[in-house]
Amino acid sequence: MAKSKNKLQDATRRKFLQKVGVAGVAAIGSPTIAFSQEKSKRIKVLNQNNELVEVDVSSVYPIKGTKQEQTSYLQKRGRKGLPNRKFVMVVDLAKCKNARKCMTSCQSAHQLRPEQHHINVLEMKDDTNGQTYYMPKPCQHCDNPPCVTVCPVDATFKRSDGLVLIDNERCIGCRFCIAACPYSARSFNWLEPKDADKYKDQPYDIEKNVPQKKGTVTKCVFSADQLRENELPYCVSACPNGVYYFGDANEDLVTNGTTRQTVRLSKLLKENAAYTLMKELGTKPSVYYLPPRNS
Amino acid sequence: MKTDTTYKDLSPEKIENDLLQTVNWSRSHKLWMTALTIGLVVCLYFYYTQLRDGLGVTGMNDYVSWGIYISNFVFFVATSLIGMLISSVLGLLKVKWITPIARIAEMIAVAFAFVAGLVIIIDMGRPDRLHHVFVYGRIQSPILWDVVVVTTYVMLSLLLLYIPLIPDLAICAKKEGLLPKLQRRIYKALSLGWANTPAQFKIIKNGIRMLAVLIIPVALGIHTVTSWLFAMTLRSGWDSPIFGPYFVSGAFVTGCASVIILMYVFRKQYKLDHYLTDRHFNLMGKLLVLVSLVYVYFNINEIIVPAYKLREAEAGHILDLLVGRESVMFWIVQVGGLIIPFLLLLLKPMRKPGPAALISLIVVIGAWFKRYLIVIPVQLQPYLPIQNVPDSYSHYMPTWPEIWITVASFIMVIMIITLLAKLFPIISIWELQEETEKNQQS
Repeated sequence: MAKSKNKLQDATRRKFLQKVGVAGVAAIGSPTIAFSQEKSKRIKVLNQNNELVEVDVSSVYPIKGTKQEQTSYLQKRGRKGLPNRKFVMVVDLAKCKNARKCMTSCQSAHQLRPEQHHINVLEMKDDTNGQTYYMPKPCQHCDNPPCVTVCPVDATFKRSDGLVLIDNERCIGCRFCIAACPYSARSFNWLEPKDADKYKDQPYDIEKNVPQKKGTVTKCVFSADQLRENELPYCVSACPNGVYYFGDANEDLVTNGTTRQTVRLSKLLKENAAYTLMKELGTKPSVYYLPPRNS
Repeated sequence: MKTDTTYKDLSPEKIENDLLQTVNWSRSHKLWMTALTIGLVVCLYFYYTQLRDGLGVTGMNDYVSWGIYISNFVFFVATSLIGMLISSVLGLLKVKWITPIARIAEMIAVAFAFVAGLVIIIDMGRPDRLHHVFVYGRIQSPILWDVVVVTTYVMLSLLLLYIPLIPDLAICAKKEGLLPKLQRRIYKALSLGWANTPAQFKIIKNGIRMLAVLIIPVALGIHTVTSWLFAMTLRSGWDSPIFGPYFVSGAFVTGCASVIILMYVFRKQYKLDHYLTDRHFNLMGKLLVLVSLVYVYFNINEIIVPAYKLREAEAGHILDLLVGRESVMFWIVQVGGLIIPFLLLLLKPMRKPGPAALISLIVVIGAWFKRYLIVIPVQLQPYLPIQNVPDSYSHYMPTWPEIWITVASFIMVIMIITLLAKLFPIISIWELQEETEKNQQS
């Protein structure tokens, strides 16, 4: 709890998307709706050090109340996408050196066992020259997600901002979504999750999908909890090699997680011959890949 | 028309006496049920460990996330379809020889369809949230369709078992001395005031006909929807438009074979040689040949079409089956469990009760492993490589708890069939009496 409260205060410090927004306004010359709305939704609150800080109204949730009340609040809030956003990730395969910082930061944030992956760096072989390259593979957050269609209880769902999340308080553990996902992006809690005892009193945060629950499916959530606080996903900011860009397709801007440089999404994709995984399946992924080069 | 001589020595009184003798609580029956109960309790202990520790006690993993629970579910749904083929399709076609077999087929339908529903709960990670399916159910999901059709099929099959039973229940209720008083009272209540009037016969026959028609689309529905659990995904190997008819045709093979086995067991156990005659085994054997041929045809389509092209996404799976790591099981199942049995059944001596039952047993075992081959190998050939997980994730081997829990499902089926066979006449008394009377008149 304390940790997540500190994050609320930090929200003003690293507003990567706000920077992006300003750049966007300058570049495009038209106001971006997302940010004008965001301004009006900020409120001033006192933190525990008696300092007056400004936070986004959507990040505030009652710390008081039972664990169940907090869980319900988070579940309800997490079902709706952040307004006017369309999150995308760009993975530059030419830069990936298999450092695997993305995997470890993801596993620690989401309380995963070492064999459970929300993001998995795969060693792939190039068809034309036979050389190997490394391909980080998170959930593709498809715009036509096969996992969501087959879920019998609406536990996994697609948000208006492009994210595919899962509610592990609702999941019945039928694993139809695992069968349906062509990217093998989902993992199941076959046993009691890692450190289940330690986290058992925490309310369930649907946007972070923690604490994990035995008998339910878990998956990459594009760090929805971080996005709400205008921060980059865990994997993106952990990368030492500048592999990841993350941002908003509506604004046509993405920020590199290592260099913090913000670039035009459309330009980046076009100039680097970007592609999506298994385009022919019609899943419409939100993750783009820039091809490996000179590897 | 040739006069049917199958039951020529049977008077209505003899039929009644012979067929009622199975309705009792014999000592051997009690011992048998006790043994089954003990077996079930032992197996259910393993289900308790699964509830306590999670589905991790099974051999499933993030890649093979559907194991033998699901392939067993497919097998159970498949077997239950035979009720529809025999009592409805053949019944509506006025095929006479099925009269003593229809109730056996219906017992199989009820038992397998009901336990199939339990098997799917066994596979759930959170069985405590079963009610979520009704509270939050989404109509887009094939699982919802499956819940609806399986429930409907169990209900219709129960009715199709019960309604033809009504006149027989009235007969049972009158049998003094044979059964406890309470049991006879229950029969009386269940017989709904049956008094053998022509008007009542008319109602019951109309009712049976109506149910027989209704159950056909529902039965096709349960197995087609079950095939869609696979076919509606983008996995190569499951992503096949013929999966519905492929599953349905396979269902009749295991169903026919199960009926032959059960006919054999009842005939031996209850000395029903005059009722389940060699002629019935002969004809059921022929029916099994017919449905096997249809299934072979679908197998040829399902395997050869992708094997000819070896499209990249499908090549791994198809080669696994034909020449790779699953090939031994694949060829044993296809040749030993399907081709050789149907070739043997073409020979008349092989359609005698003993050989037919043995061949059917092999067919059923083959059919169970066939479902394994449909469900599991596809998952070991995902589009993207299996990496950074324990070595055990790149293959699948069911664990002992998983196997015992699966055995439990078979024990439950056998218990239900045993109970039904002890509570009610295995063969419809009134329908057989009616038929022998007609034969004698003609």
